[in-house]
Amino acid sequence: MIDRDQVFHVARLARLRLSEQEIERMTGELSSILRHIETISGVDLDGVAPTSHVVGLENVLRADEPRPSLPREVVLEQAPDTDGEGFRVPSPGT
Amino acid sequence: MSDVLDVSAAAAIEQIAAGELSADELFEAYRARAAADDLNAFTWVANAAPAAVAPGAPLAGVPLAIKDLFCTEGAPSQAGSRMLEGYLPPYTATAVRRLAGAGAPLLGKTNMDEFAMGSSNENSAFGDVSNPWDHSRVPGGSSGGSAAAVAAGLAPWAIGTDTGGSIRQPAAMCGIVGLKPTYGAVSRYGMIAFASSLDQAGPLTRDVTDAALLLRHMVGADPCDSTSTGLPGDIALPTAERLDGLRIGVPPQLTGEGIEPGVRDVFRRTLSLIEDLGGTLTEVELPHSEQAVAAYYVIAPAEASANLARFDGVRYGRRAPDSDTLASLYECSREQGFGDEVKRRIMIGTYALSSGYYDAYYGNAQKVRTKIADDFRAAYEQVDLIVTPSAPSVAFPLGERVDDPLAMYLADFLTVPMSLAGIPGVSIPGGLSEGLPVGIQLAGPAFSENRILEAAHALEHAIGFDGSAARREGR
Amino acid sequence: MTPANYEPVIGLEIHVQLATRTKMFCGCRLGFGEEPNTRTCPVCLGLPGALPVANAEAVHYALMIGMALECEIAPRSIFHRKNYFYPDSPKAYQISQYDIPICGPGRLGDIRIHRAHLEEDAAKLVHAGASGRIHSAESSVVDFNRCGTPLVEIVSEPDVRSAQQAAEWLRLLRVTLRQLGVSDVNMDEGSLRCDANVSIRPVGSTELGVKTELKNMNSFRFLERGVDAEIARQTALIEAGCTVTQETLHFDPRTGSISSLRSKEEAHDYRYFPEPDLVPVVPTEAMLDRARAALPELPAARAARLQADVGVAPDAARLLAFRPELGDFFEAAVAADGGAQPRQVANWVTGELQAALRDGELASAKVTPGALGTLVGMVEAGEVSGSAAKEVLGVLVHDGGEPAAIVEERGLAKAGGDELGAIVDRAMADNADAVERIRGGNPKAIGAIVGAVMKATKGAADGGEVQRLVNERLGA
Ligand SMILES: [Mg+2]
Ligand SMILES: [Zn+2]
Repeated sequence: MIDRDQVFHVARLARLRLSEQEIERMTGELSSILRHIETISGVDLDGVAPTSHVVGLENVLRADEPRPSLPREVVLEQAPDTDGEGFRVPSPGT
Repeated sequence: MSDVLDVSAAAAIEQIAAGELSADELFEAYRARAAADDLNAFTWVANAAPAAVAPGAPLAGVPLAIKDLFCTEGAPSQAGSRMLEGYLPPYTATAVRRLAGAGAPLLGKTNMDEFAMGSSNENSAFGDVSNPWDHSRVPGGSSGGSAAAVAAGLAPWAIGTDTGGSIRQPAAMCGIVGLKPTYGAVSRYGMIAFASSLDQAGPLTRDVTDAALLLRHMVGADPCDSTSTGLPGDIALPTAERLDGLRIGVPPQLTGEGIEPGVRDVFRRTLSLIEDLGGTLTEVELPHSEQAVAAYYVIAPAEASANLARFDGVRYGRRAPDSDTLASLYECSREQGFGDEVKRRIMIGTYALSSGYYDAYYGNAQKVRTKIADDFRAAYEQVDLIVTPSAPSVAFPLGERVDDPLAMYLADFLTVPMSLAGIPGVSIPGGLSEGLPVGIQLAGPAFSENRILEAAHALEHAIGFDGSAARREGR
Repeated sequence: MTPANYEPVIGLEIHVQLATRTKMFCGCRLGFGEEPNTRTCPVCLGLPGALPVANAEAVHYALMIGMALECEIAPRSIFHRKNYFYPDSPKAYQISQYDIPICGPGRLGDIRIHRAHLEEDAAKLVHAGASGRIHSAESSVVDFNRCGTPLVEIVSEPDVRSAQQAAEWLRLLRVTLRQLGVSDVNMDEGSLRCDANVSIRPVGSTELGVKTELKNMNSFRFLERGVDAEIARQTALIEAGCTVTQETLHFDPRTGSISSLRSKEEAHDYRYFPEPDLVPVVPTEAMLDRARAALPELPAARAARLQADVGVAPDAARLLAFRPELGDFFEAAVAADGGAQPRQVANWVTGELQAALRDGELASAKVTPGALGTLVGMVEAGEVSGSAAKEVLGVLVHDGGEPAAIVEERGLAKAGGDELGAIVDRAMADNADAVERIRGGNPKAIGAIVGAVMKATKGAADGGEVQRLVNERLGA
């Protein structure tokens, strides 16, 4: 189960600013979802290998051959704020 | 024009080849219908065909509706999200490029649940989509716009994506064919990622032949996607009319409890049709499919929490106005850009990966995934295909389930096991229940797309489903 | 307790930018000094839908590094996502290796290697505020050219015991990497970056104290000063009865002060999980063979060979091995066969030649290996005295030329043979009292005779040879 403080902590990790109400609602919803998820713990999983891939591929590697980069105006076109050369952000630490 | 709109894509290609139909007229006919869409199935419709289709191109210029999860250069690619409102990507997804190269020009982008998270299309920032069979009902999701567009004849065919059922379930609810290929068959490059180890693109079409045709030109290993394998052989156009010698498994876990009676009736009728066609039915056990939804709702949100972290208001997408600190730039942009369901899943995924919880949630879910894949492997030693309903209910009324996310998740239990195992499945219309379509799912082992399509073709003909009622509307 | 009662325990984490042609996961060329954001693509910008594909050459370089550091190569390694939000991280996760790195335990010199793994570099954040300093800048600008540059992160075991040893070992590592040709290893340009984990503990204790992480010291000098400053800071804390807090620190080389780099309220939880967009790296025999074949002789091996096979003294062997330009010069000098003993040539290269170069580069000196070999041969043959040979070497370094010609030209030939015998005879006759004193049991009296010979030969005589001749004549 998950409590309000944990929801708040997780929201911070995920960089989501949740309102008081959202935290309240999310606490209830996540708790019931997690309660269902915890049915997993009823399965005997001793010695079972985890699956993170269903494809059996390995060593999919690319030759070290340059490919054209995007023109800078295209790179910056969708940016909310630029100085014409790069992406502008509020400085860290501000 | 109504004749033009009534023919399948494969038939249209033949008519174009025979000089009986002009690709331009066909495009314009669909363009006009898509532009007048009153289902809210499209979020963007092309003004004109992008360019002349190369003569002899196998898909002959039959226009294609594309789920808005695919990046299309120069056309908005918004993934159903406020976050990407108006986003114009500088490149096109491999699957879309392949299809365009084969002669299927972009007709429009279709509505969807935000970032493909949802089973009803009610999670789109661009509004609900109506089911063409009953406008007060959901089309299913997350590829709801693609399914509704094809069912209503607003597009000859469409592509969607399926992470836990997002092609098969809306196809079922809209009375069309939807196929999720083997994981890796179709490149994911340029498909906005939801859950990378599960996402797979596939066709949504009026019939099985069209699905085969579209799939044939989507599949293939892609140097830009390390996890793509393509398929071992070409996709053949299915011709089977019988199921003689085919062993078909019926798993009790996915055919009994939790499925509404009307759906069960259609499913039972389908089983006897299978036997009529010469197929043999066997009960097969998929014991861990009971934990599939639980495992899925850890793995998919965990991957999504990382995949959606890039939406930070720096390089593209929404930036909250007046964010004068880095922290508020991130937190406010994401708060404003994401809808409730996306936030919920980011929260679940972040929690499941966080320090102290990883093993109990993510680690165990990955182990359940192994068990589920093992179950299928064992089952396919006894049978060639598995048959289940595609969804436990017919299309439900808009708004009915929005307040109960867990109930919505649990309804994915028929499609999620195949997704976790990475195996292919198709949903074909099996009939109507109270006037609404019911989907039948045929699933096979990895890379058995041709076998699935042949069986689906035979069954489709025996069922004789008539989807024209949904297309007649608004004509 | 006094500081002498504490022992520093230091581990180093080194990030090495690989000198591949393209980035780790996309085909963009690597850049340094290009116009901002001109070497980017959907992959390294983290655009929606883009996917990584690993660079084969980066894997090859990582294998070479692992072999050079005597690491166990993992039969199968995977990539993870390391999640954190920062403007230099376009996907908000770094693709890195976590619990199964490509290179496991190894060793370089005296220091054990814990692991070495592949990952991608971050973008560059240019702080654009009035003062240009991070805390007062209002806005920053992100340049993604560097983003996605292949990195190998090398983590040592905490085997280092002093700041000086840390710097010395880093030099060895840098030379090794340079020999491999896998990186520019330029600390100024950031292609070699070093962090240090520092803790102290009472001498004799085997437990580890609380460590701090000292970030990004971009020169050997700063590494040494930074680590020394941190050792002093921790010692002072503990002596004052306080405890050391685990944190990330920044050393300011201008002021010599240490400050906390990240605020602790943002507790780190990287939420590592296997990268689903990439498949495992499973080095095949062919990949391993190719990496093995690409390995040059490495400094540690060269030092051992020079000692064992060539007979070079240990200190000289190490210097020749760690300064490959000196080592190569030495080996060429020996190969030119001026008749000199390799051990002597090594002493001249590491001693007199280095001194003659002062701060100059060997590359710009005019002396050839052959000339040095010949010169050392002449010394051994007694044709020229040691002090005269030093003068010749000075000329060789500045002007080049042949040793014999320079000796001739400057009249530096050692008086030798009968000529020297005659001079010795004369000096003994002129200093009969000294001869008497030697005979009377005072060997030091020989100095007067040698001095006279030197005076007569203007220093060209070999002092040892003169002594030998005197003793010979005295029947000693
Ligand atoms: Mg690192
Ligand atoms: Zn790039």
